[in-house]
Amino acid sequence: MRVRPILVKGSEAIALGALAAGCRCYFGYPITPQNEIPELMARELPKRGGVFLQAESELAAVNMLLGAASTGVRAMTSSSSPGISLMAETFSYLAALELPAVIVNVSRGGPGLGGIEASQGDYFQATRGAGHGDYHFLVLAPSSIQEAYELTAKAFELAEKYRQPAMILTDALLGQMKEPLRPKKIRVREYPKDWALTGARGRPGRTLRSLFLGPGELRARNELLQRKYRAMRREVRAEVLYAEEADLFVVAFGSMARIVKEAVDVAREKGYPVAFVRPVTLFPFPETTFRKLSRAGVRFLVVELNCGQMVEDVKLSVCGRSEVESLALPPSDLPAPEDIYRRIKRCLVRKR
Amino acid sequence: MPRAKEVKAFTFPRVLTERTFHYCPGCHHGIAHRLLAEVIEELGVRERAYGVASIGCACFLYHYFDVDICEAPHGRACAAATGAKRARPELVVFTYQGDGDFAAIGLTESLHAAARGERITAIMINNTVYGMTGGQLSPTTLPGQRTTTTPEGRDPRIYGYPLKVAEILAAFPGVAFCARVAVNRPKRVLEAREALRKAFLAQIEDRGFGYVEFLSACPVNWKLDPVRAAEKVDELAETFPLGVFRDLS
Repeated sequence: MRVRPILVKGSEAIALGALAAGCRCYFGYPITPQNEIPELMARELPKRGGVFLQAESELAAVNMLLGAASTGVRAMTSSSSPGISLMAETFSYLAALELPAVIVNVSRGGPGLGGIEASQGDYFQATRGAGHGDYHFLVLAPSSIQEAYELTAKAFELAEKYRQPAMILTDALLGQMKEPLRPKKIRVREYPKDWALTGARGRPGRTLRSLFLGPGELRARNELLQRKYRAMRREVRAEVLYAEEADLFVVAFGSMARIVKEAVDVAREKGYPVAFVRPVTLFPFPETTFRKLSRAGVRFLVVELNCGQMVEDVKLSVCGRSEVESLALPPSDLPAPEDIYRRIKRCLVRKR
Repeated sequence: MPRAKEVKAFTFPRVLTERTFHYCPGCHHGIAHRLLAEVIEELGVRERAYGVASIGCACFLYHYFDVDICEAPHGRACAAATGAKRARPELVVFTYQGDGDFAAIGLTESLHAAARGERITAIMINNTVYGMTGGQLSPTTLPGQRTTTTPEGRDPRIYGYPLKVAEILAAFPGVAFCARVAVNRPKRVLEAREALRKAFLAQIEDRGFGYVEFLSACPVNWKLDPVRAAEKVDELAETFPLGVFRDLS
């Protein structure tokens, strides 16, 4: 049966994706520009037998998430940049305790209070781990409202598969715009939860902890986590268009990728050999995709709505085999496709 | 003379593991642990108990209790407990925190959980210092008390006065049971046990937040021998009066 499309905001699509995945608990604290998520959850979760609770702070919200996730239920929180910073300590604990949980960052401009407009300035924070210690989140970056819905549902599955927090990184642009969404049914696979704290009925008590003081214990713990992060490379996703005939690859993620894609299409219509690359998983980063595209003579132009962050991952991936340029657009400076097109042209001209 | 019939007064609580406590001689964590284990057993809730281990000396709670236990970041035990309880209301959820954890870094989470009337039981071990960290100032340090960060004694003009958590929580409508106890005399041990039982019943009977504050000795950081430290708890009780501050049962 065809699912009728509905017109929703990106933030609402994320909330609907979570509901489609069977999210049972939502904890959050209001912050612009993501309030549609808690507001939708407040309306819908109790109707479905779930739990919505507005916490007294982002610190409390993310620790409520920790508690709920530890009992093996599907749980989520969402926030925007300054709120995500407040959650950072507990992010480290979520990773250390290996708790499947979904965290949404509808990011805004920074640093500091910054502004509420779109920005991709939280790329490092999301991909490097905002908290302390050697850990990572699995990070997914949707670039359409349909994808926001589907990737959020997918995030619940991957979080359970790897016993690992997963983050949806998007921004005010995608979060606040409206687009048709087909809210199709999504099957989210279940994984065994033989670690969950559900009461020690007929078994010894279980422990979820991150403190390891015995000789070699902490090292073993870290090695286990790193093995898991390497295994997560199986989940790498990227969108690549027109790669065969191109010698300039324009790279962007999330909402910026929409504008960049249009600019690439304009350039191609005018006969320029330009391709488009969009990492969908920001961690693990699609290194192999970039490695395969890179060779002497081709060039990468990385367009970001920040002061230049993902460009570092692209450089690491191509490892000096190709030139990598950064087109960094600090927040407040939302470009039109023509602006990007002009820059693409400059890039091509300089190359000749 | 015929031998008096032997009566078994108590057994080793099933809820405690047989592992030897790591606590210092004269520390009251051991007694508090045992009472907690006895109450969980008496109420028959071992199989649905969910404990939150916090920071400091008691962070090894999970070594000693044969129940499900999760670790929470410093101060956030009441928030983590809230999440677990909301996710699975059938669980009997408790936190075990020191005074720094509950009343300094975590005061916001503690107060809001109590204000919401969260169906959890919070246990605060108040020994007026940061124990594991080496004996620094705590929100409950007595005026004049020497700590490593108040070497001349706590001066209320600089550091203010001790925070009386039980008295604060007693005013909250969401709090169904709130008491301050000590375990430095046998009678008080029995009263502490009863307070713990009631604090658990408050959540089991779905009435509200349960809170028990233990005045507890820290001989090492107080630089006293165990006997003198136990005596000093009486001195603490002058600032932190013992008793039941709220009981809606």
